[in-house]
Amino acid sequence: MATVQICEAEKVYIMHGVRDDLRIDGRACDDYRHMEVETDVVSNTDGSARVKMGDTDILVGIKAEMGRPRPLIPDEGYLEFFVDCSANATPEFEGRGGEELGSEISSTLYKMFQNRSSLDLRALCIVPREHCWVLYVDVLLLQCDGNLLDATSIAVKAALFSTRIPKVHVSEDDEGGKELEISDDPYDCMRLQVEDVPCIVTLSKIGHRHVVDATLQEAACSMASLIIAVTHKGNVTCVRKVGGGSLDPESIFEMTETGKRVGKALHAPLMKLLQEEEVLGKRRQKVGFLG
Amino acid sequence: MAVDMRLPAVRKQVPSFSEAQEKHLVVPGDVITTDVGFMRGHGTYMDEEKLTASVAGEVERVNKLICVQPLKTRFNGEVGDVVVGRITEVQLKRWKVETNSRLDSVLLLSSVNLPGGELRRRSVEDELTMRDYLQEGDLISAEVQSVFSDGALSLHTRSLKYGKLGQGVLVQVSPSLVKRQKTHFHNLMCGASIILGNNGYIWLYPTPGQQDEEAGGYYTSLEPISLADREVISRLRNCILALAAHKVLLYDTSVLYCYESSKPHKIKNILKPEVMEEIVMETRQRLLEQVG
Repeated sequence: MATVQICEAEKVYIMHGVRDDLRIDGRACDDYRHMEVETDVVSNTDGSARVKMGDTDILVGIKAEMGRPRPLIPDEGYLEFFVDCSANATPEFEGRGGEELGSEISSTLYKMFQNRSSLDLRALCIVPREHCWVLYVDVLLLQCDGNLLDATSIAVKAALFSTRIPKVHVSEDDEGGKELEISDDPYDCMRLQVEDVPCIVTLSKIGHRHVVDATLQEAACSMASLIIAVTHKGNVTCVRKVGGGSLDPESIFEMTETGKRVGKALHAPLMKLLQEEEVLGKRRQKVGFLG
Repeated sequence: MAVDMRLPAVRKQVPSFSEAQEKHLVVPGDVITTDVGFMRGHGTYMDEEKLTASVAGEVERVNKLICVQPLKTRFNGEVGDVVVGRITEVQLKRWKVETNSRLDSVLLLSSVNLPGGELRRRSVEDELTMRDYLQEGDLISAEVQSVFSDGALSLHTRSLKYGKLGQGVLVQVSPSLVKRQKTHFHNLMCGASIILGNNGYIWLYPTPGQQDEEAGGYYTSLEPISLADREVISRLRNCILALAAHKVLLYDTSVLYCYESSKPHKIKNILKPEVMEEIVMETRQRLLEQVG
């Protein structure tokens, strides 16, 4: 994990600030940093998004490829996650340094999408038992400034929203063999229903309180944090505890409640933004990476 | 709770308030001059008789010497610079300090003030208890004592104004944004103090009351700081980040003006792009009026 070194007095300052509900950047305990979301930033993917949250910067690209459905669930497609920690983000990620963090994030993403209500995977099936779409979701961490998971989940949701999968026409020939024809019209495509895709809220316990969207400095003060994936209806699809410290049951309950409240409120502005961007369409000047 | 999401905005060309003469800006590879009568300074190289820039920044000319002052750089220390740094290692008779320069700086045991008077012999016990004075992760303010031939800095804290830093907030900006001044320690009128390190590390802390000199600066109070002081410090922090984002030189007046123009906004809103722009524009205007 990307970490920063801070001294005892700085820690005390941050902890007292959290106690007074005034964090070092002036936010209250349940405020997010200002976020920037843009979709369709990588042209050679089927869907992509970039999310900036403070100095945290995450790029997600989605490629759809045809594959075989899993034998146990023959009428569904599936998602594959891969998280790449760029050494640009922090020198710690050089070589294999980022692997551990990467697999931690991707396993959380797998868990978050494991339940059936997150995404309708049946839509990804083409011919049961034979062909389905496999969505390869590649996450690239460009800069780390804390709260990677929340930003990643928002970016994944935005990228899924922007994903366009070409329609496939299945025709049967005389001998009963199936022939697949992929439409080459870029407008003849299928979109995913992303309303129910959850977003992750990370709650870090600092002192006796907990904060959302912790910066690196704040994360250094926190002994344990709780990761909650919440849908727009407030359903929790995944809960996980990270960090070496312990949490008492009462505070877990409190944190889950906050997480649900905050997570629920996260979806509306995101969907509004994505729809707004879609309406603007090609008229909007892309910002991309140099803006 | 507040969630603010938006589309990234294309960066606008900020109307320049620049004085009569335009600044000579270059990017790496730009030919500065083909005249052979000039001397090659920092940030330049000779490419087939042509003086070429090796960094992006502003061309500075002193008589026959041409340098390029880079906009974004590591800290190139000079003797007498005030720096804020973080201890990274405790070694034999020295501390290694991270000061945003290319190499870690050193702080020798012989160039710090130890509790119990300035003119005290450093004994073996002092060597053994170095970690009690400063340990890994601690922040210090110091002055550059000398520069080694490889560019590494040697620091000293042999004055009561330097030493270990207590509670406060560190802000990191580009070193080229900190204006060189007579003093880099300021007690701002708004109720907080600031150390503008030449290395781009800026320390914000509540204005201390009377100092007890007995501890020699190694005692740090862990008493809670009042909410009012915290608000001022958080506001200053966001103001400095706003100024840095718009590449405004940082010194006591610019920080104070920015603080004052940020007053109508909530602290957490200062970092929103449109608010940031508004505040920085107002600050620039006031600074210009003051000069003119």
